[in-house]
Amino acid sequence: MTGLGRVLRYTVLVVLTLLFISPLLFVLVTSFKTPGEAVQTPPTWSPDPFSLQAYERIFGATDTPVFRWFLNSMIAATANAALVVVTAALAAYALARLEFRGKKIVFALIVSTLFVPPVILVIPNYEIVGRLYWLDTLVAIIVPTAASAFGVFFLRQFFIGLPRELEESAFLDGANRWQVFTRVVLPLSKPALATLALLSFLTNWNDFLWPVYVLFSPENQTLQAGLSTLQSANAVRYDLLMAGAVVASVPVLLLYLVAQRFVIEGVSRSGLKG
Amino acid sequence: MAAPVTNPAPATAAAETVGAGGPDRPARRRGDGIVAWLFLAPYLVLFGAFVLAPIVLGIWISLHSWDFTLPGKPFVGLDNYADLFDPDSVSFDPFWNSMQATGIFTLFSVPLLIVVPLAVAMVMNQKFRGRNVFRAIYFAPYVLGVAVVGVMWRFLLDRNIGAVNSYLGAIGLPGDTAWLSSVPAAWVALVGVTVWWTLGFNAVIYIAGLQDIPRELYEAAEIDGASRWSSFRHVTLPGLRPVTMFVTLVTIIASANMFGQAFIMTNGAPARETQTAIFYIAETGLQNFQMGQAAAASWILTLALMLLSVVVFAVFRARGEVEPS
Repeated sequence: MTGLGRVLRYTVLVVLTLLFISPLLFVLVTSFKTPGEAVQTPPTWSPDPFSLQAYERIFGATDTPVFRWFLNSMIAATANAALVVVTAALAAYALARLEFRGKKIVFALIVSTLFVPPVILVIPNYEIVGRLYWLDTLVAIIVPTAASAFGVFFLRQFFIGLPRELEESAFLDGANRWQVFTRVVLPLSKPALATLALLSFLTNWNDFLWPVYVLFSPENQTLQAGLSTLQSANAVRYDLLMAGAVVASVPVLLLYLVAQRFVIEGVSRSGLKG
Repeated sequence: MAAPVTNPAPATAAAETVGAGGPDRPARRRGDGIVAWLFLAPYLVLFGAFVLAPIVLGIWISLHSWDFTLPGKPFVGLDNYADLFDPDSVSFDPFWNSMQATGIFTLFSVPLLIVVPLAVAMVMNQKFRGRNVFRAIYFAPYVLGVAVVGVMWRFLLDRNIGAVNSYLGAIGLPGDTAWLSSVPAAWVALVGVTVWWTLGFNAVIYIAGLQDIPRELYEAAEIDGASRWSSFRHVTLPGLRPVTMFVTLVTIIASANMFGQAFIMTNGAPARETQTAIFYIAETGLQNFQMGQAAAASWILTLALMLLSVVVFAVFRARGEVEPS
């Protein structure tokens, strides 16, 4: 690569980076401003005075209990990810390794729903969740989205790619299917299971439409749904809104920082299913 | 992790052939059938209850005047559908207005989300210092979720106190655009924010696709004296076809399902101009509880989407047959 080419490339990269970083940085800065300075033009980049009042206000308020929302989101996303990984891994193993009548039909049925737009499920699932008395509870956020067709597909591909020899020798040693699955297959599949867990966690954490309509009480909101009620409750208090945005972002950004590899790898592999 | 599998088909096919009684495959184990269903059971319970049943129930609901809060849900046949196609009904204008909004958004966001991430992926596809850091930065907004992204851009794009107008004004451009309450500016804002938010997602998929194109093809093109443009035309694009098709389909579905950006940033303003179809369906069904009407609307949207997907699929296949690759 020529010197000019390198300069050109880094120019493009740096400009793009600024476009991505500066809005996020500005949000962080604004969350430490006083209400007055938050709406000041031209905008300032260093809060003067440095104020924690936005955070004190949103953590203390009973109509917008941000810390409670944070816990709700953590519980829902963790439970959902666990449910997705457990059910998808079991089903994927059956579809990858066991022979049974109806296997092709089951697999085709699951895969065909990969392309069903989620909108079709929203209205009837509200009715179903209502009949189960799950409205306004976290169960409604955890369970209905846990049947992951993508998860089954993704893990089945992974299991098929594992060498059979290890499983065969376990069988020769007298292990049964369950033991082979839990002691041989699952330990070999840790990267795939971690990737699926992370993607499910992120999807659930960031889900928006469903929690907005299914949860009503202030104390039952998830962070994402709560953020929109924070917005309607404090339309012009941008210091509060930005503090809320920061609180909602920090956990996922930290998770992303630690597990960035798995997230990006999971997404790039998802593109290869087509 | 093993090398990414661009095309899982061969592996699957091989496994299935062997499964059909290949020599190195052990005989089917006794009791496999029951065991298999036990393994499948937990997933199938969820899948049946929250994917298959709702698909059927949705059709059933769409045939009724269905209010979640009322005990009586009279059967109305195809009236809910007929209403959506009857210019005199009260649902006609808001529904088709929302379909139009979804159409406009999809029309402008999809091409940008196919082309811009590809350009970024091309820049990222060479080895250079800091490559993974840049990739991680461009992907970061995607993990934030639509509520955070919407709330922050509503602030940045505020007409009076927003940073965007302030900086535009400072460099001599109009500094008072109503980004969130006038069209076409609101469309620019919604499309722009969506590109900012999901560019990294598509770029990452392209990067994986680019890495799977064999180097020898580029070397061969170079030996034949191909220019960079023609090696892009004749090696990169054909090699990326399956990935591009995937990105296109996923992006169309995502754009046609756009809700959060409009809900938070514009709330459908001005009037109902930026109220998307999903927004209309959610408001009609889950807020006003006219669920029969909303279910009918969601089926019309879904059928439109499926039709579009089939067209995209056909276009990519036709091109694949014409171009030598």
